[in-house]
Amino acid sequence: MSEEVSAEILTTHILDLAAEGKRLDGRGPDEYRSVSIEPGFVATADGSALARIGDTAVLCGIKLEPGKPFPDTPNAGVLTTNAELVPLSSPVFEPGPPQPGAIEVSRVVDRAIRAAETIDLTRLCVTPSEKSWVCYVDMHALGHAGNLIDTALLSAVSALAHATVPAKRFEVAEADYPLEVRHFPIECTFVRLGDTIAVDPTFDEERAAQGRLTVATDETGQIVAMQKGLVGAFSPDDVKDVARRAFVHGDRLRGLARGGGSA
Amino acid sequence: MLGLLSRRPPFVQVVPLSGRYIPKPGDTVIGTVTDVQGTFWLLDIGAPRWAPLHMTGTPWDVEVGETDRYLRVRDAVIVQVENLDPTGRIGVTMNGEGLGKLEGGTIVSISPARVPRVVGRGGSMIQTITRHTGAHIAVGQNGRVWVDGTPEAIRRVTEALRIIDAEGQRPGLTDRVESLLVSTAPTDRSGPVSPQRESEYRDAAVPPTPHHPVHEDGEEEPDEGDASDGEGSGEGPF
Amino acid sequence: MGSVGAKEVPVLLSPEGLRIDGRRLDELRPIRIQAGALRQADGSAFVEWGANKVMAAVYGPREVHPRHLQQNNKAVIQCRYNMAAFSVDERKRPGLDRRSQEISKVIAEAFESVVFAEEFPRTSIDVYIEVLQANAGTRCAGLVAASVALADAGIPMVDLLPAVAVGKVGGAIALDLKKEEDNFGEADLPMALVPQSGRLVLLQMEGHMSPEELAQSLDLGVRGCREIYEKMKQALRERYALTPAAGGAA
Repeated sequence: MSEEVSAEILTTHILDLAAEGKRLDGRGPDEYRSVSIEPGFVATADGSALARIGDTAVLCGIKLEPGKPFPDTPNAGVLTTNAELVPLSSPVFEPGPPQPGAIEVSRVVDRAIRAAETIDLTRLCVTPSEKSWVCYVDMHALGHAGNLIDTALLSAVSALAHATVPAKRFEVAEADYPLEVRHFPIECTFVRLGDTIAVDPTFDEERAAQGRLTVATDETGQIVAMQKGLVGAFSPDDVKDVARRAFVHGDRLRGLARGGGSA
Repeated sequence: MLGLLSRRPPFVQVVPLSGRYIPKPGDTVIGTVTDVQGTFWLLDIGAPRWAPLHMTGTPWDVEVGETDRYLRVRDAVIVQVENLDPTGRIGVTMNGEGLGKLEGGTIVSISPARVPRVVGRGGSMIQTITRHTGAHIAVGQNGRVWVDGTPEAIRRVTEALRIIDAEGQRPGLTDRVESLLVSTAPTDRSGPVSPQRESEYRDAAVPPTPHHPVHEDGEEEPDEGDASDGEGSGEGPF
Repeated sequence: MGSVGAKEVPVLLSPEGLRIDGRRLDELRPIRIQAGALRQADGSAFVEWGANKVMAAVYGPREVHPRHLQQNNKAVIQCRYNMAAFSVDERKRPGLDRRSQEISKVIAEAFESVVFAEEFPRTSIDVYIEVLQANAGTRCAGLVAASVALADAGIPMVDLLPAVAVGKVGGAIALDLKKEEDNFGEADLPMALVPQSGRLVLLQMEGHMSPEELAQSLDLGVRGCREIYEKMKQALRERYALTPAAGGAA
């Protein structure tokens, strides 16, 4: 159970540990908690995956529906990303309209998916300017124990990779076909704890953090999205170091996003 | 409702096995300051309501309006539940042996239902953990445990507490905790910490009489043989 | 399904009296209940019921937000039943629609009938139900999950609340309709039972039923609830590793 306010001595302890390169749960600064991905969790979705990092869990469901292309992109389908940080998942989330935290998760995940060209949106166009697929990426938080962003993107990319275009059901084509995923962006989030920069922060570490930095990489060696969050600052050298580390973790996690499983 | 039950129609009486901390007068609890008012502080003790600590309930000579000179939001304290009124208000005091503001160390949260197990029969479990780690430990009846010592000692205590929290109903708990503590002992010195070593850390904190406040509750520990074997949680997809 | 036009009514009941999935009229779909599914919550449960997947979490009793809802003599029970966008065939817009708000209200009132709310004045007991995959009967599955979650949170109650819907398929009264039956069924009657008193604390109905069919449906629903009640108690025993002899859940 998480308290509404965390005690100052807990924060101090987290920072003291970090100064020695240690963490509350015994991990090193460059270690993730256990990560697992279960594709196909929801049968009502056109693609789905339940991703977990430690006790953080996000369920993503993909839905494809016929719609209209945007006027400025007549040859492309539409991608819509939404994260629901429902109050079931944490004592700190309240019922009501999406809070800035939920909107940030949606947008940071959305940027990585879009910039990495995870799916080829032109393949989702049926008739230019008239008819195209709308691809909804809905992420539902089921447990918030820190690092929602990385968990959310893992669930989204895995769900996309396992999605089917329901072309037959909507009488757009003779048969359904797989939604082809071209690139696999992975976001890796780091927090500053004093002079240490630790990957995959827990809830308590996020509260103790003096800045958070997320770097999304793809399998071609490109950085495709970044987000600095929380109060705090990073030097350009910090950023370079974080980017380098994001590639190492990204490559490892990409295998899971493609196939599912745990590590 | 869940718990060990005895039926007294028309009601069912239970000892909860889970859930939030339900305060009882006399309980020693660990809390965090969530709000500072002119004459009192509000404490989150994991109970249904925040507990007001009045300025007269402290060992300090507090002037009205100067409460924030003594305790601020996010400060941790160890206090005693004094009274409960019918509106659900929880009165707490900091006057008493072993009570006060907590400095240094950290707080580990476990299920309040596991507190008797953490203490152990006659304080046996807490003594085992202390002996192996040299840490200072104060167990709040509300499931918040204050731990002080070297970072390594705190980490080992935390790990032991996690095991008790997760496996508290299964038999053989003391053995499992003991073998964990032996296996996590630093390689440069296996076995219990020497007395001098322990005293090094004693100075680090205002020691609110480690683990004394809760010893009596160790008696409530259910017989280990009561519980059936087998993992209750962690089976299904969640 | 989706935007596809209405299909012909399938044969919902075989000459042998078996339903499309081979069940008898008085047979429940398979139910699996996992008590204690979320670490962050005070109590939680995950329920797989036929092709429904529902998660419930309970937070509290805790301070009331927003403050004006606080009641001076008892806990306020707030319920939020929500469906994930991808839980149904046609994507549902995120957020609570009127249906979800109504279901949230009747579920909250069902729990108010059994929770000893006066033990926790000026607090809130927050019950959250998330439908992740829907296949008819989600309010009953949600209620069952939430009831187990309340017990897991140690909230004192008169009793657990099993719930089930009764409907009509092919003109016959049937227990626990699945989606295909519900879509073409002639009536739907969800209910929640207090097993100790034998009384119903949730009851809704839509469709056509004669008074005789209603009587038959209520009997069938109560029997179904008692069956589910056993599964709920078993889930709690497993969670707390209790043998029936050592203790139990009421």
